[in-house]
Amino acid sequence: MSSLLEISNLKLDIGAIPILRDIDLKLEQGKVLGIIGESGSGKSMTALSIMGLAPRGAHLGGSVAYYGENLLQKSEAEMCVMRGRDFGMIFQEPMTALDPLQTIGTQVAGTLLAHGSISRRDASIEADRALERSGLPAEHFPRDRFPHELSGGQRQRVVIAMAIVMRPRLLIADEPTTALDVTTQATILNLLRRLVDDEGMGLMFVTHDLALVAGLASDIAVMRRGEIVEQGPTREIFGRLGHPYTRTLFAASSHVPVRYPAAAGKPVLEVEGLVRDYRLPPRHLFGRPGSFRAVDQVSFTIRRGENVGLVGESGSGKSTLARAIMALDPPQAGRIAVLGEAHDIEGASTQTRRKLQIVFQDPYGSFDPRQRVDILVSEPFYLLGKDAPRGKERQERVARALREVGLAPEDARKYIHEFSGGQRQRIAIARALIIEPALIILDEAVSALDVSIRAQILDLLANLSSRLGISFLFISHDLSVVRAITDRVLVMKAGKIVEQGRTEDVFRNPQQVYTRELIAATPNLERALAGG
Amino acid sequence: MSEPMLTAAALPRGTLLSAAIRSPSFIAGLLITLVFLGLALTSFFWTPYPYAAQDIPNKLQGLNAEHWFGTDQYGRDVFSMILAGARTSIAVALIAVGVGVGIGVPLGLTAAAQRGNLFDEIIMRGNDLVFAFPALLIAILITAIFGPSATNAVIAIGIFNIPVFARLSRAAALTLWTREFILAARVAGKGKARISLEHILPNILNTLLVQVTIQFSLGILAEAALAYVGLGAQPPTPSWGKMLADSQTLIGLAPHMAVIPGLCIVFTVMGLNLLGDGLSDIFDPRLRRSRT
Repeated sequence: MSSLLEISNLKLDIGAIPILRDIDLKLEQGKVLGIIGESGSGKSMTALSIMGLAPRGAHLGGSVAYYGENLLQKSEAEMCVMRGRDFGMIFQEPMTALDPLQTIGTQVAGTLLAHGSISRRDASIEADRALERSGLPAEHFPRDRFPHELSGGQRQRVVIAMAIVMRPRLLIADEPTTALDVTTQATILNLLRRLVDDEGMGLMFVTHDLALVAGLASDIAVMRRGEIVEQGPTREIFGRLGHPYTRTLFAASSHVPVRYPAAAGKPVLEVEGLVRDYRLPPRHLFGRPGSFRAVDQVSFTIRRGENVGLVGESGSGKSTLARAIMALDPPQAGRIAVLGEAHDIEGASTQTRRKLQIVFQDPYGSFDPRQRVDILVSEPFYLLGKDAPRGKERQERVARALREVGLAPEDARKYIHEFSGGQRQRIAIARALIIEPALIILDEAVSALDVSIRAQILDLLANLSSRLGISFLFISHDLSVVRAITDRVLVMKAGKIVEQGRTEDVFRNPQQVYTRELIAATPNLERALAGG
Repeated sequence: MSEPMLTAAALPRGTLLSAAIRSPSFIAGLLITLVFLGLALTSFFWTPYPYAAQDIPNKLQGLNAEHWFGTDQYGRDVFSMILAGARTSIAVALIAVGVGVGIGVPLGLTAAAQRGNLFDEIIMRGNDLVFAFPALLIAILITAIFGPSATNAVIAIGIFNIPVFARLSRAAALTLWTREFILAARVAGKGKARISLEHILPNILNTLLVQVTIQFSLGILAEAALAYVGLGAQPPTPSWGKMLADSQTLIGLAPHMAVIPGLCIVFTVMGLNLLGDGLSDIFDPRLRRSRT
């Protein structure tokens, strides 16, 4: 009998640009095939080609055989019948993969109704079962709920239910857990694992995260620039590390930058009893507005040259805390002092603000697309008012900041769209460095980057902190990164700091249940390979 | 999949001028607009015939060598009227759009910067109030108080343009205010006014330019509507809209009287549309690159 999926010699061009070259893959029932690659490697395009969803203008060659039938020769109408029935797909962003105006029951039933010959009643019964199989029991999750009433992980379960409702034999998951917290990620992975084991589906798992796939997939294929550089059984590939690119990826994923932690100096940032409430709209017309405490009595200190990590799940108040420290939002109580001087919360004082800078997560959204890099990088000079350097001195400062982050001074004349994601994040760091702050807050600053780029940025940060004596507050949900680069770590849950201590101590010997859960849920490459 | 990596070296940068020369819609739009502006300016010192001179024996002639665009029901030369009418129509529409942009955009930007404040509420509810009145009613109100004239038509259309631009710029600005580069500007200590001017305005310019061309064409038509009920430019001052209105009853007898001013309006609006398109491309650094 032929395999569930056998791709041979798959080629894809868009216009004259080759996207995929000589892709050969094989997936059997009940197995998990991991496809690993960095952005632009063609891994998502491979998944879309299988589904017949390659973008307009794409030319496909080779063959994609599903039980011996070449899918590339099927018409769009035939593919429509097969999509959903024979193969299901799970996308990265559960927020946008669901229709906000339909109840979860209707959406899951929709897959069935689209394939006809089933009554509405039977469809909703089937949908109910699929949601049950995806871990959403009817007693806790009535089928008339809307997507916005569910959390991210629950929404992803609805997406999975939609994909498996017709019991397809092939499931394609494209970065299904990238947008989720680590603990949620762990439960979703368990669910997928169970579906594969119990129902004998074949799962194609597309991801950039080596540790994730190492614990899940029996076979993996490593992709780069539209080609498969290496494939085989997971343990063999990681055990041998034959191909140099695989080796690079492997090294970058578990990269620990070389650091020379300076002896902690005087306090740079002191936070005492900080409280930040959000106002909620009143429940009824004449009701009082409610409030939500996002940051609750938080106190900590960061010393000169120290790198402090702040970890916690989404919604735990990490970013709200960062915004309050940056004086972007006024806190309701508490005190923030920078270099011993109280931070003027109203934002009137620029004295303390000069000492603080921030780097955001999204390298694409954090720059005004209409301005040149020199204007963007020198933006913090506004904080210096009349003392801001002008003319030649300004140019020199911009050039120096760009050199610090490994870019050329000539880059100052370019626009931001001419740079890649990693380069943009370097520019963001240059922007933070230019007024020589005492503390830089990095709010998920490496989360959106590919592993090899991430390793470079981490090296850069380690280098800057030991050379310039700048302190970092490193906010991340990625515990392995935090472990690699910080001296001390704060664990935040529901607005409170539940645990803090030296990074190694906290990771080796976590005191709180919550911290233990976080650490256990984090995919770990060595553990996955040893245990698998 | 993320957007394709654009390597720095692959994109030579162009100046504004070279981008302008390379944009076909900008060139075409500019040419058409200049032609009509030229027509309007020419009429100040030369028209083939005095535009108000009646010549009843030669009424309703078709296109011929003496009267290029024919004559109307009073024997007036249509070509002369088109030239003189260009003045009124273009001026009314331009000034009305100018009023709308000049007052509406600052209001919208301020409202977005003060989001949720009393100021925002007052501005937006004020806009709703203006929107609630039909434009024609406002125009009648104004002309009832100040008397009918082209100037008052401009004021009436202009007032109606204010909420259009205020709402549009507020909506566009609100989405920008949540972006990280605005946060970055706030971290750099820039105030709300400065951010609105330096970051928000350039980034909503595209949207505004498109709306300007739409409002401009609506302005010409609104002037025509006002002229039709006798509240716009007063006879004998011609305007394209009034010519259209006058031709209505004679369209079977002398179709050129309707077609010619109609075509003028269509071409002017098209020219401005192309110009707006071209301008927004030129001002966008992401699109400003040379073709290799």
